[in-house]
Amino acid sequence: MTQRYTRTAVSLHWLVALLIAGGFGLGWFMTDLPLSPAKLKYYSWHKWIGVTVFLLALLRLTWRLTHRPPPLPSGMPAWQQQASEWGHRGLYLLIFILPLSGWLYSSASGYPVVYLGLVQLPDLVGRDKALAGVLHEVHELLATGLLVLVGVHVLAAFKHHFLDRDGLLGRMWFGA
Amino acid sequence: MKIVPKSLLALGLLSFGALAPAALGIDSAKSKATATFKQMNVPVDGEFTKIAGTVSFDPAKPEAASASIEIDTAGFDLGMEDYNAEVRKKEWFDSKAYPKATFQSTAFKALGGDRYQASGRLSIKGKTTDISLPVTVKREAAATVFEGSLPVSRKSYGIGDASWDEVVEDLVTVKFHIVQPR
Repeated sequence: MTQRYTRTAVSLHWLVALLIAGGFGLGWFMTDLPLSPAKLKYYSWHKWIGVTVFLLALLRLTWRLTHRPPPLPSGMPAWQQQASEWGHRGLYLLIFILPLSGWLYSSASGYPVVYLGLVQLPDLVGRDKALAGVLHEVHELLATGLLVLVGVHVLAAFKHHFLDRDGLLGRMWFGA
Repeated sequence: MKIVPKSLLALGLLSFGALAPAALGIDSAKSKATATFKQMNVPVDGEFTKIAGTVSFDPAKPEAASASIEIDTAGFDLGMEDYNAEVRKKEWFDSKAYPKATFQSTAFKALGGDRYQASGRLSIKGKTTDISLPVTVKREAAATVFEGSLPVSRKSYGIGDASWDEVVEDLVTVKFHIVQPR
């Protein structure tokens, strides 16, 4: 019998994957748009996605720390096991600090985050143009970092699925 | 015919000045005006960075007080350069055609304590409206400080075209903190 991830872990994984894809795509697309009512909407939606990812990241970390993930396939070289361990740590770290950097950037810009247009998040720093510029760069850099790590993550999953055929990818889906 | 000496003329002006308090320039660097509005429920502050004017105020004769304030609409700072450029456009302040927003008082009434009611004419984007607002006056050691806030319907002054109504609220709260050195 293949050991698989729990339904909760699988749901959270794909939900966060979907939100990250949406948030990243929106962020990529909206930044260079000329100012318009639509652009303001996209920014709001992008921030809402970020807050949602942050909240789900909290849930995921709690779940991960209280539930043992299935072991890695036997026979994986030590360097790959290490890479997997650190790659996943990196992904967990980024789903926390990428939204956090966006929140900081919003605060420094003087445009607070109002989650779903309902709940206003406290400003983490006061309005500061210079700091906002730095935080914008940091946010983009972290987003690029996440893109790279997700890329490696997906390629590694494909390698296991198509080359090693070790059933690793199936463990991140719902069992029969 | 003898020309009136300049000193006498100055004396005459001074005594006239004693009847109606002299209008003194405000400290443009210390005076502040901000506009707060909601954009998709997100509170946004903009600051009018260029403010000038004169105020005359004598606590003994508040009804004789008067104020004339002008603000450069092009100096409205929303913290982002593309936003600032946007609000200078025709659809918003139309700063090229209407560089100044002005307030000219017409009456001043004591409400008790340091509170007063100011009436006057507010002109924005070529439209003038009679307004009345409460003002708090604080006498500090080196300056008199006038503070208050005023709800303004941006649409009533033709600020922002309809395409923005979905994301930018009509109500704008203008807060001011005017410092007049003594």
